[in-house]
Formats: sequence, structure tokens, C-alpha cells
Amino acid sequence: MPAEKTKSDLMNGLEKADTPLIVLGNGQHAKCAGFIAKTHGLRTAKLRVGEAVVFQQGKSHNAAPMNDVVEPVLKISNLCKIYSGGFHALKNVSLEIGKGEIVALLGPNGAGKTTLISTICGIVRPTSGKVTVAGYDIVNDYRKTRSLIGLVPQELTTDSFETVFNTVSFSRGLFGRRPDPAHIERVLTSLSLWDRRDSKIITLSGGMKRRVLIAKALSHEPSVLFLDEPTAGVDVSLRKDMWQIVRELRESGVTVILTTHYIEEAEEIADRVGVINHGEIVLIEDKKTLMRKLGQKQLMLDLIEPLHEIPASLADFALDLTVNGKRLIYTFDTHEQRADITAFLDGIKSADIAFRDLQTSQSSLEEIFVNLVEGSSRRPPEREVEP
Amino acid sequence: MNFCGVLAIYRFEMSRTRRTLIQSIFAPVVTTSLYFIVFGAAIGSRIQEVDGVSYGAFIVPGLIMLNLLTNGISNGSFGIYFPKFVGTVYEILSAPVSTFEIVLGYAGAAASKALLLGFIILLTASLFIELRIAHPLIMMAFLILTAISFSLLGFILGIWADNFEKLSVVPTLVITPLVFLGGSFYSTDMLPSFWQTVSLFNPVLYLVSGLRWSFYETSDVNVWASLGSVLLFLLICFITVVWIFKTGYKLRS
Repeated sequence: MPAEKTKSDLMNGLEKADTPLIVLGNGQHAKCAGFIAKTHGLRTAKLRVGEAVVFQQGKSHNAAPMNDVVEPVLKISNLCKIYSGGFHALKNVSLEIGKGEIVALLGPNGAGKTTLISTICGIVRPTSGKVTVAGYDIVNDYRKTRSLIGLVPQELTTDSFETVFNTVSFSRGLFGRRPDPAHIERVLTSLSLWDRRDSKIITLSGGMKRRVLIAKALSHEPSVLFLDEPTAGVDVSLRKDMWQIVRELRESGVTVILTTHYIEEAEEIADRVGVINHGEIVLIEDKKTLMRKLGQKQLMLDLIEPLHEIPASLADFALDLTVNGKRLIYTFDTHEQRADITAFLDGIKSADIAFRDLQTSQSSLEEIFVNLVEGSSRRPPEREVEP
Repeated sequence: MNFCGVLAIYRFEMSRTRRTLIQSIFAPVVTTSLYFIVFGAAIGSRIQEVDGVSYGAFIVPGLIMLNLLTNGISNGSFGIYFPKFVGTVYEILSAPVSTFEIVLGYAGAAASKALLLGFIILLTASLFIELRIAHPLIMMAFLILTAISFSLLGFILGIWADNFEKLSVVPTLVITPLVFLGGSFYSTDMLPSFWQTVSLFNPVLYLVSGLRWSFYETSDVNVWASLGSVLLFLLICFITVVWIFKTGYKLRS
């Protein structure tokens, strides 16, 4: 049933019945509707995805109870890609990304990051599986999905002899949008390119070319933006500029999915972090949760008297002696062994070991990533010291 | 239909021509003028008439076809090959444009450029000889169909080629010899009967002959056979292009 008709019918019904009513969309919204309706004594009805409206006493309100629910703008189910040579680039990848999220996909070279992005964007054909963007299938509704997506490729591929303004305008037209010089101006201004609008791309620096690619991807006002290693080969200053651009995009409601080798990048800007290796999503997790769950902590004791060996009473703890026996390091997983700190300190006291100082450190995302990819439990060599 | 997308590709390709006017327009005009001077004036002065047409006028349809074919192929192939070469093809492949729309944009621009050049050659020829066109509509039909067909062939070539050598091999080693041996500068009646028969297997003969008929009502083969052959060639090219996009041949993994 068309949404407009449904709304109209509901509004008419409201006027007559004066009954509190909640009107919600499909998928997660619909599930949430049932729950909210039940707990608040409201009625429910379905509209299209994204048309979540709460009507109460005949007036419409923002869907406040929905705030915690994020409709997946991108949904990948059991996606597989086998290249003609037999290389299995993606193996049953499943993933959901909500509107307005920044998701970083980490993985070593050849892990499948670019294949995943290329498949969603239509450059690579999937072998099996399903991908939807805002509820539309990337194969059957490719026009709709591709018009919603912007892609910034890994390589600096540009039309060298074209001007900045023309190449960005070309991208807008290609994606089916009518010319809008005002929008192009806004995009170029936001990327500090407006002054170079008439410059040929061949005359621009690498950083500027990268920004031109972002401008091209934003020219048709996409709601999902893929950044394939956006800061590869970019200096530190420009990298930070890029991060700021990504944050601003998120604030404007754009969902950003980026692949990167730089853990620092994911740690800095991502809401969620996915790790992909050998074509499989090893893990996808809220960044903070990931660090909390998988991060290792270390408790370091600076001893007054050096130890030659770890006392037998402390053999159950993962301990290392460094600095000629003057530093005792206890490594533990934050989600499993936090309670053992007390036992460890009790053990230290029982063994009559005196220390002059103690400090703790937390695993960085990079260490977590390395552990996940290598599947090893070796301890990280460097740690950030917590205040 | 993504009209904006088609228009964007078309404009982009046409703007490339504006940037390379010397290479795209002036060079063929100069070359054609040289043909007129050498063949039309120097050799033509020793040949009275061919099929009742002065030699200078006789070679005009052949010269137009030569330019139409080589430029249609060059523009069509370069248009898609260059994005492949520099990597910007990702944008075309990830855009909401269909196979038909991509072909319409690229081959349409290539055909427009070839047609434009054809008319410029026609104008240039009118400076050297007195031209008469007996069937302007048939002439237009031949020019348009040939420009589209060979632009499509160029597009196929551009997708197939993975280096610049392959890109130039067909125009240089296939098309140009076929045009020269396809009655552009002579009537097949001038050949021994064996070579007349061999010439009938040259597809370009049908194009040149058909176009010449539209000018002077004289031809080596029946004009409808010529028109049928160009339509058949157009169909083959179009089916090939559709197959390329369906299978993703050399475009999508």
C-alpha cells in the first residue's frame, strides 16, 4: 500500500478515534514498534523504511523511542566472491552498517577489503550472496543503490587534463543528477579546492588530487561513502584534514565505510571496527567495546630489589621480568581476568616483593588487530601508558 | 533512463575533442587536402572520367569513408580505453548507468565526431571540385549508420585492447588497407575479373559504393546491398557490445 495513502488513512482514523498511535517502518523499526506499542499501549502500522513517525493525540512527534534503533543502510548477507582464477576473495561475508556510522575495515594486503567495496559499488560481480543499500538490492535495483553510494578509490585515478570543476560536475551528471553549480561550489569549498576549480588536475599535488576524488564522490550527494584507503601515502597533516572531513560528513548524515592499513586512523575516527582477513570478517565490533573486550592490559611493577626468577607462588599469572629483573609485568585480558589483579597483588604481598611504583597500560587497536590477524597471543611490544 | 549520465559522458568526450582540435580536426583536413592535390589534381589530370564522374569528384565518397571509419574507430576506442588505462573507469562502472547508456554516451560522441569530420571533409572537397549530391537523405543514412557502426567497433576495440599497440593495430593494419582496396580511389570495373570477385568480400567496398551512389548514382554493388550490409554490421557490433557488458568482458571481474 502506498505510504501516502496509509498516512492519510491513519490520520483520518486518529481524528475519529483520538487514539494514541505509533507508525513505524519496516525491519528493525517494525520490531521496535511492536515493543514500544506494547509497553506504551499504542497501536502500530507500517510505512516505508525511514518513515518513522509517532502520532499521539492527533499530532505528530519525533520518533523519540526509536533513537536507539539504527536502520541498517547497508546489509551484506553471505557474500562470496571467487575470481575466475579460483581465488576465493570473499567468503560468506555478512555485515550490517547503520545510517550515519563510520566503520573502518582493517586488514592486511589481499585480505578482501577492496573486493568487498568494489562488489558493493558494482565494479566486481558477486559470486553469491546478497547486498542491499537502504533496502535496495545492488543487482536488481542497481540504479537506486549506486546513486546512493559514493566511492573514493585507493589509487589517484583522475582525468589529468580536465579541470577540477568540470571533473566534479561530470561525476554529478554521471550519477544522474542535474547540474547544480552551487552544490559543486559547496563541495569544493568544504574541501579547500574552490580556489583551484579552474586548474587542470595534472597541476595539483597528491593531496589535492585525493580531495578531488572525494569531491567527485560527494558530487551527487550520496548517503553512503566508501573511502578505500583514503590516506594511503598522505602526510600526517593532510591525514588529519581527511579525518576532519570524514567527521564533518558524518555530521551531515553520510554513512562512511573506510578501509585502512592505519590503525591510528580507525582508532581516531571510526565508530565500529571490522577486521577482514583471507576474505572473511574476523570481527566487527564497536571500537570501544572491541578495545575493552579484546584489549590486553598490563600492570607493571618497578621493584625495589631485582628478582632473578618468578616465584613459584606467582606461576599461575602471565608474568615477565624485564630491566634486569627490576620490572615485573603482569599481562591480562581486561574482559576475563580483571578480578585476578587483587589475587596477583595478594601474591606479590605473600611473596614479600616490594615495589616502588606501578603503572598500567592498555592495548592499542593496532595490537588487537595484529593479534586477530595473526591469530597469535603474543604480547605486544609497545603499550600506551594510561594516566 | 539516466539522461544526465549519458549527457555527462557525451559532453566529456566532446570536450576532449575541443582540447585536441589540431589532432582531431585539422590533421584529417590537411591529410584529405593532400589526397585531393595528389590524387585529384596530379593523377586525376591524367584520368578523364570514371563511370561518367570526374576523378576528383569520384574519390570524394572514398575519402569521406576513409576518415569516417578511421576516426570513428579511433574516437570510439580511445574514449573507453583511456579510462581503463588511467583507472577512471571505476567511476563509469560504479555509476547508475546501464550498458545501453554507456554505449550511447561513448559511441554517440565518437559517431558525432566522425560525422562532424565527414562534413568538414565534404566542405573541404567542395573547395577543390564541384560537388553534386543526388540523394542527400541516402547519403545521410550511410554516413550516420557507418559512423555509429564503426564507433561501436572502436568501442569494442577499446575494451579488448590492453595496450596502445593493440589500439592502433585495427585502424592501421585492417581498416586503412580495406578502404584503399575497397574502391575508394577506383572503380572495381577497372580490376581484372578475379580481383573484382575478391573485392566483393571486402565489406568496405559496400560502404564506399553505397555512399558513392548517393552522390553520383553510380556504384560497384547494389545500393540496397550496401545499406543492408551496414545495417548488419551495426547489429553485429551492438550485439557484441551487449555481450561485453553482460559478461563483464575485460571490464568487471
